[in-house]
Amino acid sequence: MSAPGTLGLFASHELRLAWRDAQSMMLAGSASRARALLVVFLLFAAFMHALAFSIVARFASITHPDKAVLIVISGAVLMSWSLMLSQAMESVTRVLYARADLDLILSSPVDQRRVFCVRIGVVAISVTVMALLLAAPFINVLALWGGRHWLAAYGVVVAMGAAAAGLAVALTAGLFRTIGPRRTRLIAQILAAVVGAAFVIGIQAAAILSYGTLSRFAVLQSQAVVARAPDVGSMIFWPARAILGDTTALCAVLGASFAVLIAAIAVFAARFGGYAIEAASLSHAAARVRRVTRGFRRTSPQRTLRRKEWLLLRRDPWLMSQTLMQLLYLLPPGLLLWRSFADGSDALVLLVPVLVMAAGQLAGGLAWLAISGEDAPDLIATAPVSATLIVRAKVEAVMGGIAMVFAPFLIAMALASPLHALVTAVAIALAAAAATQIQWWFRSQARRTQFRRRHTASRLATYAEAFASISCASTAALAGAGSPLAAFPALGTVIVLLAAYAISPRPALRPRLSTTRR
Amino acid sequence: MITPQSLFALEVRGLRKVFDRPAVDDLDLTVRTGEFYALLGPNGAGKTTTLRMIAGLLRPDAGSIKVMGIDALGDPVGAKQLMAWISDEPMIYDKLTPMEYLEFVAGLWGLDAPTAEARAHHLISWLGLMAHAHERCQGFSKGMRQKVALAGALVHEPQLIILDEPLTGLDAGSARQVKNVLLERTAAGATVIMTTHILEIAERMAERIGVIAAGRLIAQGTLEELRAQAGDSGPTLEDTFLALVAEETAAA
Repeated sequence: MSAPGTLGLFASHELRLAWRDAQSMMLAGSASRARALLVVFLLFAAFMHALAFSIVARFASITHPDKAVLIVISGAVLMSWSLMLSQAMESVTRVLYARADLDLILSSPVDQRRVFCVRIGVVAISVTVMALLLAAPFINVLALWGGRHWLAAYGVVVAMGAAAAGLAVALTAGLFRTIGPRRTRLIAQILAAVVGAAFVIGIQAAAILSYGTLSRFAVLQSQAVVARAPDVGSMIFWPARAILGDTTALCAVLGASFAVLIAAIAVFAARFGGYAIEAASLSHAAARVRRVTRGFRRTSPQRTLRRKEWLLLRRDPWLMSQTLMQLLYLLPPGLLLWRSFADGSDALVLLVPVLVMAAGQLAGGLAWLAISGEDAPDLIATAPVSATLIVRAKVEAVMGGIAMVFAPFLIAMALASPLHALVTAVAIALAAAAATQIQWWFRSQARRTQFRRRHTASRLATYAEAFASISCASTAALAGAGSPLAAFPALGTVIVLLAAYAISPRPALRPRLSTTRR
Repeated sequence: MITPQSLFALEVRGLRKVFDRPAVDDLDLTVRTGEFYALLGPNGAGKTTTLRMIAGLLRPDAGSIKVMGIDALGDPVGAKQLMAWISDEPMIYDKLTPMEYLEFVAGLWGLDAPTAEARAHHLISWLGLMAHAHERCQGFSKGMRQKVALAGALVHEPQLIILDEPLTGLDAGSARQVKNVLLERTAAGATVIMTTHILEIAERMAERIGVIAAGRLIAQGTLEELRAQAGDSGPTLEDTFLALVAEETAAA
């Protein structure tokens, strides 16, 4: 056992909690799941390597890149890094605002700097590990087909994780100092989502306006960008050069990134204890609602439940921002839709899958809130309402939300092409239904404030939801193009749902919304 | 609301629930209509599991539950219409105000709006929450949250009120208010079944007391009847309770 209050104690505490979380999440209390999980993991790894091969294998032979190649690699690095920074900002915000064991630790006579030193380190490691998992298939394919020098890319991913964590700490602390604890949580989360989306959306918007395509690389490969970019020897291209195996560039990138992280820990770890205490005082503040002059309204239990779901969402700006932030990704398709009206191009085919994907993801978030994020489960379960009615009301709340968000897009699309609008509407309904069904199978009992952690609470549900959305989107894209091949991704959707059902927790282990069955 | 007439507000027969081990084991329990009944027992005795099964929050492995003569397992909606459940950890919505919470509960129980609103105003005022009626519950203390939950439980005027440690964490003033509300309800004809570790409350308020240990009801009756059953254990309910539980532990 480590000595009290040492870095070792906190590090082993964090590691043990992380390991047990992962264990219970993956095995769900059943050791026999380990083998099935290993098979799923291997299949997923094989799929990712095949995907990576189809995308990057043709670039494996590059050793002496020209400026255009360096720009594209730098663009990809910047895009990935913005996503890592976004994830790091969310994690750092959670360090300050998620109470968990913080009350215990802050009330103990330990040096708070050590606690937050470890927690910032854990943020850096978790962001890096997640990025490594996603990048590994691409790096492996490049190394297998192009040579070992590509393995340097692993070092760049580590450097990106360290820099992202360091900058996230500085940004969050800056927000805390300037706008105070009440607004920091909301603004930091919004900023994180905007940072994560801004680069991708910005490039896509530029591509749409300039070239009428959603492809990000259209801009990066354009003559205008190549002409204005700095010389190949510029420091801006060091991360790209490091990925290509330039040892000097790799050392420089690693050194600079770790310097950022260490500086952030040295400056801010000591202050985070005070910030966490300030954040804790927020929960004791009362919020007054405008006096309601209207009287009670007699409604059905179903309508009462639906109204409650929407009211709670509307009242919670943080939750609202988290849910609707996914819709930022609808901006480029919206732009494309607008442009296709302007020049009569056939861009609608591109829009169909994007809308369906977004609908699936949004429905997953709303369904989690309605099904798992019920703050008064006992009240609902003891109400004289059948389980069927409760489920129906919650599903209606989700579907109503989806209908409200996507109706304007579908109406606009119907004016351009009724057939595409019909296909999209059906696919949106199916994607939303699939996401809701998955959330139902993987339901748990959680507080709504744990919304951000729903992905970590059940990664299996997250992946199932993502795959179901992707296959629904593919089906819609092919059906919209009139291809009979649409049957294959449709079958894929069914397989994803069957697999999700098979690996979901046993019904007896799922929390009941009601014992009432009618 | 139609109120079924029954001599017993609650009849539990052969109730059984097994988790890793039997939590409730062949339990029989009857509570008369209009009675204040306290269920006592050491930690892990099966009190909460029993009440959660009665409230419809857990499905029993065996046994039957009748609420006002209605089979709670066969017609759960009918039984739930007559019941209210309050736990020691009040679960309310942080983003709703007390009035909005009561409107939500009234909607779930299908109350007509004018009646629900009048009752809500009365309860909110009675529980001393009027100044906070239009504040969101997110900043409320434990006592205030418990009062909101209690108002929610009473707004549909249940015939059977089930409370699991409702006074845990409340200050003296709040506890007194809750106790007064419950006594007033039993005076008006409602039945209360409550678990508590505060034996003084059971001693003062309950007409009959049940003692549960290892999932079984080991003694039941008025305080005098329990004393007689426990023998020469001492003058207080605490003495009687400890003697009964010790007897059962020794027998096990």
